[in-house]
Amino acid sequence: MRKSDLFLRGVAVASALLLLTALDSALRSRMAGPAIASRAALVSDLDLTDLALFTEARYTRHPSQADLHSAFQDHPIAIEHFPTGSVVPARAPMPVAAPVQP
Amino acid sequence: MREWLRRQRYLIDYSLSALARRPGKHVGLLVVYTLIVFLLASVMLFTHALRREAALVLADSPQIILQRQVAGRHDLMPLEYLERIGRLRGVSALYGRLWGYFYDPAVRANYTLMVPPESSTGHRAPDPGEITIGSGIARTRGLAVGDYLSLRSARGEPFSFRVASLLPTTTELVSTDLMLLSAADFRRFFAYPEDRVTDIVLEVRNPREVRTVAEKLILALPDTRPILREEILRTYDAVFGWRQGLVFVLLAGAVLAFVIFAWDRASGLSGEERREIGILKSIGWETGDVLRMKFWEGTILSLTAFSLGYLLAYAHVFYGSAALFEPVLKGWAVLYPEIRPIPFVDGLQVATLLAFTVFPYTVATIIPIWRAAVMDPDAVMR
Amino acid sequence: MITLRDVSKVFNQGRGNELWAVRGVTLDLDPNQMTVLRGPSGSGKTTLLSMIGALSRPTSGRILLDGELLSNLPERFMTQVRRRTFGFVFQGFNLIRGLSVLENVMLPAYPLAPVHGDLRRRALALLAQFGIERKAGERVEWLSGGEAQRTAICRALINEPRILIADEPTANLDSRLSRELVGLLDELRALGKTVLVSSHDPLVFESDRVHRVLEMRDGRLAEDSRC
Repeated sequence: MRKSDLFLRGVAVASALLLLTALDSALRSRMAGPAIASRAALVSDLDLTDLALFTEARYTRHPSQADLHSAFQDHPIAIEHFPTGSVVPARAPMPVAAPVQP
Repeated sequence: MREWLRRQRYLIDYSLSALARRPGKHVGLLVVYTLIVFLLASVMLFTHALRREAALVLADSPQIILQRQVAGRHDLMPLEYLERIGRLRGVSALYGRLWGYFYDPAVRANYTLMVPPESSTGHRAPDPGEITIGSGIARTRGLAVGDYLSLRSARGEPFSFRVASLLPTTTELVSTDLMLLSAADFRRFFAYPEDRVTDIVLEVRNPREVRTVAEKLILALPDTRPILREEILRTYDAVFGWRQGLVFVLLAGAVLAFVIFAWDRASGLSGEERREIGILKSIGWETGDVLRMKFWEGTILSLTAFSLGYLLAYAHVFYGSAALFEPVLKGWAVLYPEIRPIPFVDGLQVATLLAFTVFPYTVATIIPIWRAAVMDPDAVMR
Repeated sequence: MITLRDVSKVFNQGRGNELWAVRGVTLDLDPNQMTVLRGPSGSGKTTLLSMIGALSRPTSGRILLDGELLSNLPERFMTQVRRRTFGFVFQGFNLIRGLSVLENVMLPAYPLAPVHGDLRRRALALLAQFGIERKAGERVEWLSGGEAQRTAICRALINEPRILIADEPTANLDSRLSRELVGLLDELRALGKTVLVSSHDPLVFESDRVHRVLEMRDGRLAEDSRC
C-alpha cells in the first residue's frame, strides 16, 4: 500500500469523525432542550440572576450582581485571593447617563 | 486534472517518506502541536457551550434589579423605597427580595439562602422551620428529604431546619447551592432588620422602556443602582471572554508556542535539507514541485495535529465534562455543580481554529525553502 | 547534437577566491557514441558535465542541443529539457537517504505523474536489467558501492533519456565491477543512447568501447583523440 494511501485513508477517517461531531452536536443540543427549559423555568420562577458556577466568594457567585468594588470589599488593596476570581471578570456597569442638574 | 491528482499523491508519498526519516523529531512535534490544539479547542468549545447555555437559561432573569449602595458598598434596601418606585410609570410589578450568603464551617461551603418570591408558581415558600435545598448542599451534607440541617444563626443560636424537598438535579447549574426558606425564618436567622430587604426586583410593562425606567430610578433614588437583564447576559458573555484572566494567559501561551514552531521552521535549512532539494532539482523536479512537496509536509503535520487535537477536545469537553478544567473552575469552592456542557458548537470558531493552526505552520515551512528551491541545482549541491 | 561554443564558467567572480573552472571550451558531441572526459581532479570535468547536462549555466559562451539554445533557457524550461533528455549519474551517487531503492529510482518521474502501476513496473524492470531487483525494498544507506552505483544508473534512466552523463562512475568500484560497468554503458549506447563519461580511471578511458577521449586540464580542452 502506498504511503499516500495511508494518508488519504487517515484523512477520510478524520473527516468522518469530524462530521460525526457535527452531527452529535446538532443532535444532543436538540435533545437537551427540556433540560435547558427546566433550568430557565427555575430562573424565571425564583427570579435568579446567575449560574451557580463559582461558589467560592460573593462576587464570584453572583458576578452579575457584583460591581468593580466587590472584590475590594474586604480592604482597599485586597489582592485577588480566590482562584476563580481570575476567571470571573468584574462586571462593567452599563453607562446610564444621569442628567446634570442646572 | 487526474494528472494533477496523481502528482499530488506522488508528492505526498515523498513527504511522508521525508517525515518518516526522522520519526522521533516529527512525532514529538506532532504530540506538542496536538496538545496545543487540544487545549485551545477545549477552551473554545467549553466557553462557547457555557456562554450559549447561560444566554438560554438566563433569558428570563429579572428585567431590573435595584441595589442600594452606601459609601460604595452594597447595603440593604429600605422597604419605603418600594412605595417611592411604585409611582413610576411603566413599572408593572415590583417586590423586595430577601437573599444572602451563609458560610457553613462544617463543610467550608458557601450557601445562598433565599426567600422564594410570592409570585413563584413552582416553589412557594417552605413552612416555618422547613427548607428546600439544591443538590449541591444535599450532596455535601449528605441530606435527604426529612433530614435535619443545623446552622448557627447571626446571633449564635443553632437553627434546625427540616429538609422538605430537594431542587431537581437537572437545575443544578443554577441551584446547586440554593437554600429556600420562609421570610420569617430568613429574618430571624440573619437578624435582618424588619424594615429592610436585600434588593428590589422590577418588571417593566414594555421591554423597550427598560432603560428609560432605569434612568428614572437613578434620578428618583440616587443611592441605588439598577442592574438590567441585558447586563446580566453580558456578564456571562464576558466571563470566559478571551480578554479575561486565565483564558488570556492560556491563549498567549499557545500563540507563543506557535510562533516558536514557525520560527524553528522558518529559521533556515540544515545542510542536509539543502542537499536534498539540490538532488531533487538535479533529477528533474521543478521549483514548483519542491515547494508543493514542502507544502504537503507542513500540511500533513498540521492537519493531523488539528484533527487529533479537535477530536480529543470534543470528547474531553462534551463526553468528559471538561474534567481537566475542573481544578481551575472549582478553585476553592466546595459546592460545584456537575457541569455537563451541552454541545453547542460554533462552526465559525472551528474554522478559525483550523485556519490558525494549519495556515501559519504551512507557510512557515515553505518560506525557507524558497531560496534554495529557486537556485540552480548545481549551486545548491556544492 | 550537443554543441559548445567558447563556454566558460567562473566561481566567486570578483572575489578573492575567484576560480575559472572552465575556460573557453568549444566542442561538438556526436550522438550514439561513448565519449570520455579525462583529466586530473580539479580540471573542470564535473563543472563541464553539469553545464552540458543542464544542471548549471555557463558564465559565458553558448550550449546548443540539437541546434536549440540550451544555456540561457528559463529555469522551468531547462528543467523540462533536463528531465526529457538527460540522465545524470553523480560522483557520490546522490541518492536520497531514508528512501528505498525503488523509491529513489522512481523519484525523477514524480513530477510527470505517470500512472503508479506503470511507473513501478518500469522501475522494477530497470532494476532487473541491472541485476538489483532483489534490493528494491531496501534502504539505500545499506547498499554496497556497486549496488548504489547501479541504483543511481537506474534512476538516471527512468525517464528514458537520450543522453546519459556519468561523473567518475568507477570511483568506488573494483576492477571487475569497473569493467562490467563500462560494458553496461556500452550496451546502453548500443540501444541508441549517447553516453558521456568523466573519469581518470584508465580502465575507462583506455577501454576499446570508447569512441572518443577528450582531455581536460586547468579548465581547457587539451587533447582530442578519437578511436
